[in-house]
Amino acid sequence: MADPNKVDPIHQFAITDIFSIGGEGAGFNIAFTNSSLFMVITVLAISSFLILSTSGRGLVPGRLQLLSEMLYEFVANMVRSSAGTEGMKFFPFVFSLFMFVLVANLLGMVPYFFTVTSHIIVTFALAMLVITVVLVYGFMKNGLGFLKLFVPAGVPGYVLPIVIPIEIVSFLSRPISLSVRLFANMLAGHITLKVFAGFIVTLSSFGFVGWLGAILPFSMTVALTALEFLVSALQAYVFAVLTSMYLNDAIHPSH
Amino acid sequence: MASNTTTSNDTHATEDTHATTEAHGGNGGHSDVFPPFDPASFGSQLLWLALSFAALYILMSKIALPRIGEILEVRRDRIEGDLAEAERLRQKTDQAIEAYETDLANAKQKAHTIAEETREAIRKDLDAKRADVETDLAKKMATAESRIQSTKTEALGHVEEIASDTAHAMVTNLLGRTAQKATKDAVAKVVKG
Repeated sequence: MADPNKVDPIHQFAITDIFSIGGEGAGFNIAFTNSSLFMVITVLAISSFLILSTSGRGLVPGRLQLLSEMLYEFVANMVRSSAGTEGMKFFPFVFSLFMFVLVANLLGMVPYFFTVTSHIIVTFALAMLVITVVLVYGFMKNGLGFLKLFVPAGVPGYVLPIVIPIEIVSFLSRPISLSVRLFANMLAGHITLKVFAGFIVTLSSFGFVGWLGAILPFSMTVALTALEFLVSALQAYVFAVLTSMYLNDAIHPSH
Repeated sequence: MASNTTTSNDTHATEDTHATTEAHGGNGGHSDVFPPFDPASFGSQLLWLALSFAALYILMSKIALPRIGEILEVRRDRIEGDLAEAERLRQKTDQAIEAYETDLANAKQKAHTIAEETREAIRKDLDAKRADVETDLAKKMATAESRIQSTKTEALGHVEEIASDTAHAMVTNLLGRTAQKATKDAVAKVVKG
């Protein structure tokens, strides 16, 4: 049972309690898990980096301040280009989402670290948050005019009975696609990495030939690690871009 | 659950994995379900996600982003200000260059005029002096010429007398006697003829 060569690629996603507030006796039980810990670490890392690096308020930025400014301008340009100037009121929201997903993804790449975004409930909650903001703001700003979102302009009347259900289904599938895309990417990436890294351990236990054979999965692991870093950043970008585009729908519902 | 709190989160400690799984299974909370789909952890994750994301949003929207925005704003203003100042200074420079060139052209013009005037004045002066000298010379020449003329006339007037005297002397020497009247008439005849 305690086979040292047995690698369990799923174990990295296990949630373990670090401590819990309350308990069975108190009538409530709030567990602080490794997932919670890494959420807190993510938030602390983002906040402390952005706040400390800009504390000098240098007119000529240092390296760290420049990085903060580049992140700011990157997300600001993204929001402005997809949702227009009016969408800039959602800039802090999109920025927080982007940074949270990005840093959570990147922290997950550190060995032994837990990947917050590899849990569907987290990505789904973020996606639902986005859709809720879109819905609430869309109805607040446009009233029932927001429903025009489902009626594409310039479509002849007799096609509408087909188009409207399609639009509604596509709208409803947004939180699912948004959350599953991120979750599946992170989950699959980490499992693949773990499996290939596991091959190295398994093969190297077969002696010298095994060591030679382990070169292949080792190079795969190196390549996959690079790929995963790319995916981490890319998925955060995709998440933020789609959020901006959905927010654009809330601001300008008629296409 | 107490035993789980001390369980290592070490992904490579596979022995622990099984221990944890069993312990979880024993407590009924975390069974053999694939962890990301385990509903038992959803509540805790949602709660902490909400708390941490709310904290992040507040920190971003209240502190970090306004600060970075302000830094960028200040920099943009500064750059624009500096560019405007540079533009102003450039225009000033252009004006200065233009003024300098105008002055230079004026000065050149003036210098030219002065030179021209001076040259003209000198030329006039020279001309006047030359004219004076020339008239003076002409006058002197005329005087000289008239004197020569008068001398010549005067000399010519004495020719007959000298000739008759000479002839008289010759005749006296040759003939031993004087025939002054005849000699004089003969000379006058020759001179007139």
